[in-house]
Amino acid sequence: MSMIEERFRKLKGRGKKAFIPYIMAGYPSLEDTKDVLILFEKCGADVVELGVPFTDPLADGPIIQRASEMALLQGITLRKVIAFVRVVRRSIRVPLVLMTYYNPVFKYGEEAFVKDAKDAGVDGLIIPDLPPDEAGNLIPYARKESLDTIFLLAPTSNTESIKKVAKASRGFIYYVSVTGITGSRLLLDGSLEKFISGIRKYTDKPIAVGFGVSSPEEASSVSKAADGVIVGSAIVKRLHESPDDLRGYLISLREAI
Amino acid sequence: MPALKELEEAFFHSKKDREFQKELNQLRKTYIGRPTPLYFARRFTKYLGGAKIYLKREDLAHTGAHKINNALGQALLAQKMGKERLIAETGAGQHGVATATGAALVGMECEIYMGTEDMKRQALNVFRMRLLGARVTEVAVGSKTLKDAINEALRDWTTNVRTTHYVLGTVFGPHPFPLMVRDFQSVIGKEARKQILDAEGRLPDYLVACVGGGSNAIGLFYAFLPPDSSRLTSVIKMIGVEAGGEGIETGRHAARFAGGSLGVFQGCKSYLLQDDDGNILGTHSVSAGLDYASIGPEHPYLRDKGIIQYTHATDAEALAAFELLSKTEGITPALESAHALAEVIKLAPNLPKDEIIILNLSGRGDKDVQHVAKIKGIELRCR
Repeated sequence: MSMIEERFRKLKGRGKKAFIPYIMAGYPSLEDTKDVLILFEKCGADVVELGVPFTDPLADGPIIQRASEMALLQGITLRKVIAFVRVVRRSIRVPLVLMTYYNPVFKYGEEAFVKDAKDAGVDGLIIPDLPPDEAGNLIPYARKESLDTIFLLAPTSNTESIKKVAKASRGFIYYVSVTGITGSRLLLDGSLEKFISGIRKYTDKPIAVGFGVSSPEEASSVSKAADGVIVGSAIVKRLHESPDDLRGYLISLREAI
Repeated sequence: MPALKELEEAFFHSKKDREFQKELNQLRKTYIGRPTPLYFARRFTKYLGGAKIYLKREDLAHTGAHKINNALGQALLAQKMGKERLIAETGAGQHGVATATGAALVGMECEIYMGTEDMKRQALNVFRMRLLGARVTEVAVGSKTLKDAINEALRDWTTNVRTTHYVLGTVFGPHPFPLMVRDFQSVIGKEARKQILDAEGRLPDYLVACVGGGSNAIGLFYAFLPPDSSRLTSVIKMIGVEAGGEGIETGRHAARFAGGSLGVFQGCKSYLLQDDDGNILGTHSVSAGLDYASIGPEHPYLRDKGIIQYTHATDAEALAAFELLSKTEGITPALESAHALAEVIKLAPNLPKDEIIILNLSGRGDKDVQHVAKIKGIELRCR
C-alpha cells in the first residue's frame, strides 16, 4: 500500500476526509513554495499537490496560468522542481503529488522522470493531459517505482472511462467537479453526489474532488460525498492577493473538511 | 474524451449518410463556388523560365481561402449533432472568418478565439468576423498567438462541451480532427487531379504547398499519394514549405522540421518547437497562419516515409513572392501561400519546360495588404 493509500485508509478509519491543497512550484519563488508546503503540512494537509509550470497549461484557469507564467519567467523547469522536492523532503513528511503536463515528461524521458521523481521523494503523479489509454508506457515505470498514478474523471466521463481510470489509478482518483478548467465556479446541485456514487459502483479506491472548490462551505459540502477535497486556484489567488491570510484560510478549510 | 468519441461516430456516420453528402456537395458547388479553377500561370511561368506552373485557386473559394472547405463541413456536422454553438481558434483570421461564415449559414452562435498579436496583424479579418455575427475573444496569455488561441478554445470546449462543437481549423489536435479535416480538405486534390488530367493529359511532377498546421497541403497532396503509402515512394514530388521567419539560425521562425523535435502537444504527437525542458517555444513568421509551434501529425509520418519533402521560406522570400505574383499575374496571394510560391520561384527555373508544378494558392492576399504596407513603411490613410 502506498503512502497516499495508507493516508486515505487511516482517515477512513476515523471517519475523516483528506485535505489536499495545491501550490505552483516557483510562485512567487521557490523559497516561498517551500514555506507554503511546510505551512500546508502544519495546517493539516493529508496530501500536498505541487504544480509544475508549463507554457501551455490547457486544464488550468487564469489564476494558475498566471502563476505558471511567473514561475517560467524565473526559469523553473520540471528538472528544477524535482531537485526542489529532494530538498523540501527534509522538511516535510506529508505525501506529495506532482501535477505536470505530459510534454515535459515526454521530453525528460518517462522512465528517467519516474525514477528521478520517486528518488526525490514524490509519491504520486497527476498528468491532466494524459488519459489512461495514452499512459501505456508510463504506468509500468510508475508501478516499478511504486509511484502512484492519479487519473482524472469529469462529469462527462462515461462508464467505459470510469472503468479505465479506476483500473489505472493508484493513490486516489481525481474527480473534476465541473466541466472546464481549474478555478471554475462550482455548482452544488446534487449532481456531484450522484456522479461519485456512480464511480463507486466500479471501484473502492478513494475519490478526491477538485476544480472549483473555493470556500470552506464548498469544501465542507464536497467532503460529504468525496474522500478528499483538492483546493488549488483559491489558494494561489490568496497567496497572490493577501499572503498573510493564507494560514487562517487553510485552517478554515481543514476544519470544514 | 467522450466528446471526441461522439464526434468520431458522427463523422463516420456522415460519410455514409447520402443526405449529408448531398447537402455538403450542393453547398460546395453553390455556396463555396467549387470546383475552384486550376489556372495555368502563363506569365509567372515565363518569368521564371522553367517548368509550367499551375495554381489551384483556393483563393477564389468563398471567404478567400481553403479554410471554408473544412469549416463548412464541420458546421454542417455540428448542426446534425444537435450542437448550438461553434467555437474556433484563428491565426491569420481566415479560419475564424470561415467558421463565422459556416455558423451564419447554419444559424448557430459563434465565438472565435484569437491572440492579441494576431488581432493586431489581422484587424481587417477581426472586423469581418464581427460583421458575420461572431464574437471575437482576445487571448492575451502566453505568446498571444495561434497556439494560445487553440488552448483557449480547448478550455472553452471542455467547459461547454455539451452544447458546443469545436471547429479545429487544421489537421491537428486529437483524433478524429486530423482525419476529419483532411477529409474535408481533400476535395482540393481530387479536383486538381481531374483538372490537370483534363488540361495536360497527365499527372504533375511537383506539388507545392505551404505548411502551418498543414491542412491545405494535405488537402492537395492526399489525392496524389501512392495507393499504399507503406510500400511505394511517390513518383510525384511533394513539397511542404514551412515558415523560415528571419532564418533558422536566428531562432525566429516556425520551421518545425528544421528546428524542432518530437513532442506531445494539444492532443497529438508530432514535431514541435520546444526547449530542452519540453516547454513550447515562441515562433515567428510574417504570416500569422504559419506562425505555429507544431504541425499536423500526418506530415512527419509522410516525411519519414519519404513521400513529402519539407523546406522553408523566409519572411523576405515570401514578401518577394507576394509582389512577384501580384505583378506577373494580377493575383495577390495570402502571405501563407506566398511561402509556397517562394519555393516555386527557386524550383521552377531549374526544371525542364515540359515539367508541371501545381501550387496550392491556399488564400488571397487582401487581408495582408495593410500588414505588407506597414512592413514596407508605407502609411495607408483615407482622407
